[in-house]
Amino acid sequence: MSTILNVEHVGMRFGGLTAISDLHFDVHEGEILSLIGPNGAGKTTAFNIMSGFLKPTQGRVVFRGRDLAKTRPNEITRLGLARTFQRTSVFADDTVLDNVLIGLHRFGSPGLLDRLLPTPGARAAEKAARARAEEIIDLVGLSHRAQELAGSLSYGEQRLVGFALALATEPRMLLLDEPVSGMNASETQGFVRLIRKVRGEGVSILLVEHDMPMVMEVSDRIVCLNYGRLIAEGSPAEIRNNPAVIEAYLGKSAARLEEKEAAHA
Amino acid sequence: MTKLLAPLFLVAAALLPLVLKDPYLLNALIITGIFTICAMSLNLLLGFTGQLSLGHVAFFGIGAYVSALTALGFDVGLPFGLRVTYEGGDPIVGFLLAIVITGLTGFLIGRLSFRVRGAYFVIVTISFAEVVRLVALNWVELTQGPLALTSIPNMTLPLPGLGELTLRSKVENYYLVLVVAALSYLVVGGLVASRFGRAMRGLKENESLALSLGINATRTLTIAATISAAMAGAAGSLYAHYIRIIDPDVFLFSYTVTMVIMVVAGGKGTLAGPLVGGLIFGLLPVALRPVMAPEAQWIVYGAILIAILFVMPKGIVPALETLTRRKAPKAAPGKPLEAGARP
Amino acid sequence: MDQFLQHIVNASVLGGTYALLGIGLTLIFGIMNVVNFTHGAIYTFGAYAMYLAAVALGLNFFVALPVAVVAGLIMGAIIEFALLRPLRRSDIDTTMLVMIGTGIILQSGTLWIFGGVAKAVPTPFPTEPLVIGPVSLSYVRLFVFFAALALIVLTYFTINGTKLGRAMRATFQDHDTAALMGVNVSLIYTATFAIGSALAAAAGALLGPVYVVFPQMGDLAAVKAFAIVILGGLGSISGATIGGFILAFAEEIGAGYISSGYRDAMGFLIIIAVLLVKPTGLFARAERIG
Repeated sequence: MSTILNVEHVGMRFGGLTAISDLHFDVHEGEILSLIGPNGAGKTTAFNIMSGFLKPTQGRVVFRGRDLAKTRPNEITRLGLARTFQRTSVFADDTVLDNVLIGLHRFGSPGLLDRLLPTPGARAAEKAARARAEEIIDLVGLSHRAQELAGSLSYGEQRLVGFALALATEPRMLLLDEPVSGMNASETQGFVRLIRKVRGEGVSILLVEHDMPMVMEVSDRIVCLNYGRLIAEGSPAEIRNNPAVIEAYLGKSAARLEEKEAAHA
Repeated sequence: MTKLLAPLFLVAAALLPLVLKDPYLLNALIITGIFTICAMSLNLLLGFTGQLSLGHVAFFGIGAYVSALTALGFDVGLPFGLRVTYEGGDPIVGFLLAIVITGLTGFLIGRLSFRVRGAYFVIVTISFAEVVRLVALNWVELTQGPLALTSIPNMTLPLPGLGELTLRSKVENYYLVLVVAALSYLVVGGLVASRFGRAMRGLKENESLALSLGINATRTLTIAATISAAMAGAAGSLYAHYIRIIDPDVFLFSYTVTMVIMVVAGGKGTLAGPLVGGLIFGLLPVALRPVMAPEAQWIVYGAILIAILFVMPKGIVPALETLTRRKAPKAAPGKPLEAGARP
Repeated sequence: MDQFLQHIVNASVLGGTYALLGIGLTLIFGIMNVVNFTHGAIYTFGAYAMYLAAVALGLNFFVALPVAVVAGLIMGAIIEFALLRPLRRSDIDTTMLVMIGTGIILQSGTLWIFGGVAKAVPTPFPTEPLVIGPVSLSYVRLFVFFAALALIVLTYFTINGTKLGRAMRATFQDHDTAALMGVNVSLIYTATFAIGSALAAAAGALLGPVYVVFPQMGDLAAVKAFAIVILGGLGSISGATIGGFILAFAEEIGAGYISSGYRDAMGFLIIIAVLLVKPTGLFARAERIG
């Protein structure tokens, strides 16, 4: 299977603090990979490095064969790697429709004249953009909210708007930062269906998430971090039974307990 | 309904000189118009991209000097024994040059200043404007320094097949300012409604999110700064050819403050805001002149600026919009409209 | 060379008062995150307070000086209490604009009340300058230099050696945590703004008698003070002191050897150069103040 994203021996230090050391894994084309780990494990740092908002102090990130060391976040998006945000994931003072229209920014690049005057070309482009935006809003199931201010929606709905924004950039790969936090159970189920659908279109997905049942349900593979290091990698079943992972989440005593149980069984 | 307001306003403004003959008031309206153009251009940055530039007067002043010097000519020595002599030419050439050169200056200063944000951006923009003012004050060979450039000719428009029209009267200058103001309004309106305008709004509301959507912050902000500067430069040119005498005081910080008050009071980030703010603060001196001294007027301006920031931080136009919307049956649900407002 | 020594001496006198301005601003900006555009107006206010106390009230010079400083302290406290406290949750642009409005009111008010004609403040010092070799220095300038130094040292010990200073330092690091630890953050903000304003007023009261007192004397002093803060680092008293002297030297040398017209450009050129060459590094938030 070909890979779309390679994280190659990435390290990140802030002053004297090591947030990540020697992180190394690949994301395959068309898979859903989850990045998990306890609080402070370095997930958010890793996420920000992959999306170009932080530059690693060691190693490199390669997206579709291209080293991202000197690529700015907006250029990374243009290469087809989009991200969502944990907090403030929307343009709160704009309607949902306008949000997605901003998200469609990278398409169509009219000249200066089109900017200043409403030329026919610009009008046609505008019309197409609106149609596309409505399509995306429909996909995430927010059509009934299209004309509301994004900031007035519930948190769960705002996460969907954030997801729609990332989709609007027509990514080859999506980085999702805790997309279901703030969603209730049925919203989460809906979201799982949604990302499966998006993956079905050939989009690879890297997920950072705390909701373990959701992660176990949706992931093809899981990578687990602790103290900035990769401690396990494998299928959901493998991860669920990995002593190092259990120890990271529950502490040493729990791990020993599991081992004992395994010995008895 | 609101779409009709702008054309109606334009028609009313065009008809005004038919009834208004008082030269003092006409003069006040012309100056108001010129500063309203500045306010509209500042609004592009301050209102639509959210960057508080307090060096805007630099572009107004550079526009005025470029246009005046193009018309008057100059003879200056440069380093390495070089000498540049220019005879002087048409004011309309000066007007166009003013737009181009201030646009370029805006591009350069924007390019440099947008490396920083927040308080640092504000201070850098003030610094640029002050350096330009000090150059205008001290490069006496070019600018005459405090002695001022005098006898600047009135604006002359070439009329194809009819020769030239020199705009000497107040009414003629009034219409010139009105046309440039209307064009500026259209430019800002067109920009804001376009894809580019959405990029500006995205950056203003949430820069990280905008970046993650592929929006190039530096490029977008620099283009906005370039267009904004060019518009202020056009206003400066109009000012030079109307007043016909300029000195380094065209770079005074208090002019920037005037523009900022116009934008903030009218409503930053709205198309009508600078018009409303410009009219109020352009004509307020006319109303206040009989009753108080200029320094007392400035106390009033300062107090109004503070009062508006306290009472309606979004400005007059958004406050009116909220009022009219409240009357409408369907109110926006969810959080209150004025998140930043005090109870 | 003699000329150069004279410039050094002049710059030192100016540098002390610049340091006072810079320290005032760096405390306010560092602790409150407010760019205080009233700083120049308060500097002017201090000079007029000195003039009023010494000339109108006829107080002794050395009594008038602390009166002017206390007037600045009170003025600062009033501004913070009336205008900044209600805007605590507002963004930095709003507070900047409110401070600009306040500065306009203060400056125009001064012009309105006192008129535009410059006022002189008489001093008790001999008019004959002190001549040491090639350098001549008036006694009043000498006094200004040492008075500024004394105030800098006093501020330093207030920040580093008192309970108030400890609370200010805690607030500088993290106002939420400081509040949790029982620091009355509102009170600290008022105290910070008052102290910063008192220092600006002191600078005006000290320089007023050296030169003359006029309403525009504080024009753009806030921006110059900002140059000092950028040079010295946010929240650092010793940094602001050094920054104040650097700016004074740059202005004095610039005025002496390049062109006197560009004296005021130095501060702005420093701002542009520093921020543009190193937009991130230089003003990374300092770990502590003091």
